[in-house]
This record gives sequence, structure tokens and C-alpha cells, in this order.
Amino acid sequence: MKAVLASLMELLRGDVQADRVVPPTGFTATLTTLTAGAMAFLAVFALALSFATGRLAERWSSELARSSTVRISAPEAELEAQTRAAQEVLRLTPGVARSRILGEEEQRLLLEPWFGPDLPIDALPIPRLIEVVEEDDGYDAEGLRLRLAAEAPGAVLDDHTRWRRPLVEAANRLRVLGWTAITLIALSTAAMITLAARAALAANAQVIRVTRLVGARDIYIARAFVRRFTLRTLAGGAVGTLLGMGAVALLPRAAEEGAFLTGLGFVGLHWLWPLLIPLFGAMVAFWATRGAALSALKALK
Amino acid sequence: MIELDNVAYSYGGDDLLSDISLRIQPGSFHFLTGPSGSGKSTFLKLCYMDLSPSSGLVQVFGQDVRGLARDQVALARRRIGVVHQDCRFLDHLSVAENIALPLTVAGRDVEAEKDNLKALIDWVGLRDQQQQCPPELSGGERQRAALARAVIMGPDVILADEPTGNVDWEMSQRLMSLLIELNKMGKSVMLATHDLNLIRTTKNQISARVLRIANRKLQLAGADL
Ligand SMILES: Nc1ncnc2c1ncn2[C@@H]1O[C@H](COP(=O)(O)OP(=O)(O)OP(=O)(O)O)[C@@H](O)[C@H]1O
Ligand SMILES: [Mg+2]
Repeated sequence: MKAVLASLMELLRGDVQADRVVPPTGFTATLTTLTAGAMAFLAVFALALSFATGRLAERWSSELARSSTVRISAPEAELEAQTRAAQEVLRLTPGVARSRILGEEEQRLLLEPWFGPDLPIDALPIPRLIEVVEEDDGYDAEGLRLRLAAEAPGAVLDDHTRWRRPLVEAANRLRVLGWTAITLIALSTAAMITLAARAALAANAQVIRVTRLVGARDIYIARAFVRRFTLRTLAGGAVGTLLGMGAVALLPRAAEEGAFLTGLGFVGLHWLWPLLIPLFGAMVAFWATRGAALSALKALK
Repeated sequence: MIELDNVAYSYGGDDLLSDISLRIQPGSFHFLTGPSGSGKSTFLKLCYMDLSPSSGLVQVFGQDVRGLARDQVALARRRIGVVHQDCRFLDHLSVAENIALPLTVAGRDVEAEKDNLKALIDWVGLRDQQQQCPPELSGGERQRAALARAVIMGPDVILADEPTGNVDWEMSQRLMSLLIELNKMGKSVMLATHDLNLIRTTKNQISARVLRIANRKLQLAGADL
């Protein structure tokens, strides 16, 4: 790692004299910088998408994990029997990990946000609550509902958070898509830079020939191209990244956590991540140009 | 230093050169003559590894060139100063930068060798032209710049292809005196030329062998030169 860093530093420091040996290629240069900028801009959004969907999936699945409840409202006399019946149904339902009757204290805490702390829980006809913790694959809510209706008519399955399950899945998919996009952007950058480097090498065949005749090694010639393309990609990538970050920062904020589209963005330290994009791009450019140059030089007599 | 043993070369058709054997010893001075198109430049290209022989053995600094990796060829070329017949400059660099190019590509600090460079540029009479680009030079000025570039690294061997083709007599004498000077310092020189006068004058100053390419073969020229 240290060696890589050292060679990168040396590369960046450059050598004015050596840089002049390969003439500047105006058009390819501009094109490379522009494309690197555009790719970085896109990468910022792909990264933002990945982070946003990651956050969403995390939040939603933690809500999911909080389980659903079965609420039993029945006359005092039947309450115990129905509770037992419901628990038995739950025990036999595939996909239900466990169930547990909530204590009075827990019920009070659950209701507190709505009714305040001084709720006289004993005096109220508060239904009994059974917490249902499901397994990863979940259970068949409709089937459970029917069986509960048959065994314990006072039992109502409340699975208000379960509808989010497909959303969590969608969020996870989107996150994968985000990373796929980033990978594709990196690959396209590599391909684009390989093409540009090859074009530059072909345009400079005469220069390469002369420098070889006076004793230039392949690595010297390659380095002149590598340095150029790496620096261009770094510069273009930096500008593209900053513009992308600006655009993400200027997206309208959403107060609602569920507002998916407007939730796109970075939070806290995640803002540091896009700063890696130009560096990563420069690394991609470094290896792409190096590979293209060395293989082209090998082929060039 | 450079050794050819039974070398033949063809550009595709019949052999242009065949049965060539020569040993360039340290401190030797060779002239190479022959009719236009006889293969003088080709012979020199075999010596600086721009071409590899169709058959036979070429050894440079004791190494068979067929076994040399490209990096080794590059390193060997740093010890061989070449004046190409067509000069071969980088047109986007100044004359001074072109002369310093062997130093640059060898990773040497050009700034540190500034005095050397300046003296050499003065010697070949290009002080006023050093900031120009090669295409702006006259034929003779180009050849002088090419000679300066060939010797900047202090090579062990100097291969010069018609280095005086486009310069007047006075300048050609001046360039020759540089080569003679270097030869006296122990460098080997091989110089291809049509100019018999130049050969005669030089032979009066140092002991030089004159080779001639005729009928695809390399011969030692007679005493008429
Ligand atoms: N790259 C090439 N491909 C095919 N034929 C070539 C090539 N280079 C040179 N030749 C041919 O080989 C022959 C020798 O060329 P070369 O340049 O070695 O001659 P020369 O003795 O240096 O001539 P001059 O005195 O005119 O410089 C010529 O007939 C030339 O046409
Ligand atoms: Mg010739």
C-alpha cells in the first residue's frame, strides 16, 4: 500500500521535462476530462441512491422486526380462554417465531404517546395484546386471520407494518442497482480511457519511435501517458463530483421519512464518501492507461 | 563493442546485405561508403538494433541482440549515439530540448547538465537557433543538432549516417573535429558518407579504416582512399 502511494505521489509530482516529450493532445484531453466529469456526476447520484435506499431499507426492516400484534377484545369471562386459543393458533402457524403476552407496563408504554402517562389502565377496557415475532420469511397473514377468527373470535391480527415488506425488498434491490450503476460507471470510465489512451498512443507513434531510438524504456513512455490521463480524470472527476454533490445538496428536503424520492442524499459523514469518487476514478484511469499503453507499446515495433 | 558475424539482411525480397562480418573495437574509427541504395543506412540500423538480421549474429556490448528484451535494447541504445540520415526530431520540442532528449528519457537531470548542453550547442553553432523548433532549421543545422544529440550522453559508440551531407566544407571540418576529439577520448566512431574528400582529410589526422559496401558485401577499401 505504501509503495502504491509512493508511486502515485511520484506520478503526481511529475516531471516537467518528461511531460513535454509527449505533445499535448488537445481534443482527447478535453474529451477525457469532460467524460470523467460526467461519469463522476453520475456516480455521485448512484452513490446517493445506494445510501438513501440503504437507510430506507434499514429503517423499514427495523420497524418490521418490531413484529405485529394480535389484539384480543372479549368479555372478561372469555378473555383468558381466547388468549390461550390465539396463542395456540400462533404456536402452530408456520413463520411465527414466537409470541408473548404483553405485560401491563409494556401496554402502558405503548399507549402513552396517545393517552399520556397517567392512563388508568385497570379501569379501562384495554384489550389484551400478544406480540407476534415472525421469522424471516414471514407468515401467511390471511390464513392466520381466518384461523384466529375460527378459534378466537375476539382476536384481531394487526400487522400494520407488514405491508412494508415488499418495500424493503424494493429498497434493497434499488441499493443493489445503485452499486451496479457505480460498477458500470467505473467500467465505462475504464473503457473510455482505454480508448482515449489508445488513440493518443496511435497519434504519437512517431514520437514513441524517436524516444525509443534515443533510449526510452516502455515504462517511461507509458508513464507520460498514464500521468496525463490520470491527472485529467482526477480533475474532471473532482469537478463532476463537486457539481454532483451540489446538485444532491440542493434537492428539496422531505419532512416525511417515507418520501422516498426526496430522501435521496447523504447524511452526516456519508458526505465524505463521494469525495472518494475522483480518487477512485484516477485509480481506474491509472490502471486503464497503464494497461493500454504497455500493451500498445509491446505491439508497436 | 558491436560485432556482426555472417549477417544477412533483406527487406523482404533478395538479400540487400549478406555475409557481413565486422567487429567495432573500442576506440576505432570507421568510414562506411558505397553507392546510394547499397545499404549503408541499413547496416547502421542493424548496429543500433532498429533492424534485426535475417540471419547471422549481431552482438552489442557482448549480448546477442536476439535475446535482448526491449528494456535492455533501450539501455544499450543509451551507450550508442546515432545521427540518423533523416535526423528524427520531435518537432514540438525546441532544438535544445531535442538535443537533451536522451538525457530526459534516461531520467537524468537536464538542469544539472546545463553547462554541458550549452557548450555542446555552442560547439555545433546552434546558439541562436536553440529555442526554435526543428522544422524551422536548415538541413545543415538539423544535422548539427542531430550530431549534438548523438553525443550528449557521452556514448561509447557513435554511428553517424551522412552527418555532413548538407553542411559546407568548413562546418563539416568542424563537425569532424568533434568526432575526432571524441575518438581520441576512446569512443568508437562509424561514419557513413559519400564524401571522399572528407575521408581523405580525416585520414590524415587519425588512423581510420574505410569500409565499402559493394555487391551486398562489406569490403575494406583500398589504398586509393
Ligand atoms: N523500410 C524499407 N523497406 C523496404 N526497402 C527499403 C527500406 N529501407 C530501405 N530500403 C531499400 O534498401 C536499399 C538500401 O537502403 P539504404 O537506406 O540502406 O541505402 P543507403 O546506402 O543508405 O543509401 P543512401 O546513400 O542513399 O543513403 C534501398 O534500395 C532502399 O530502397
Ligand atoms: Mg543512407
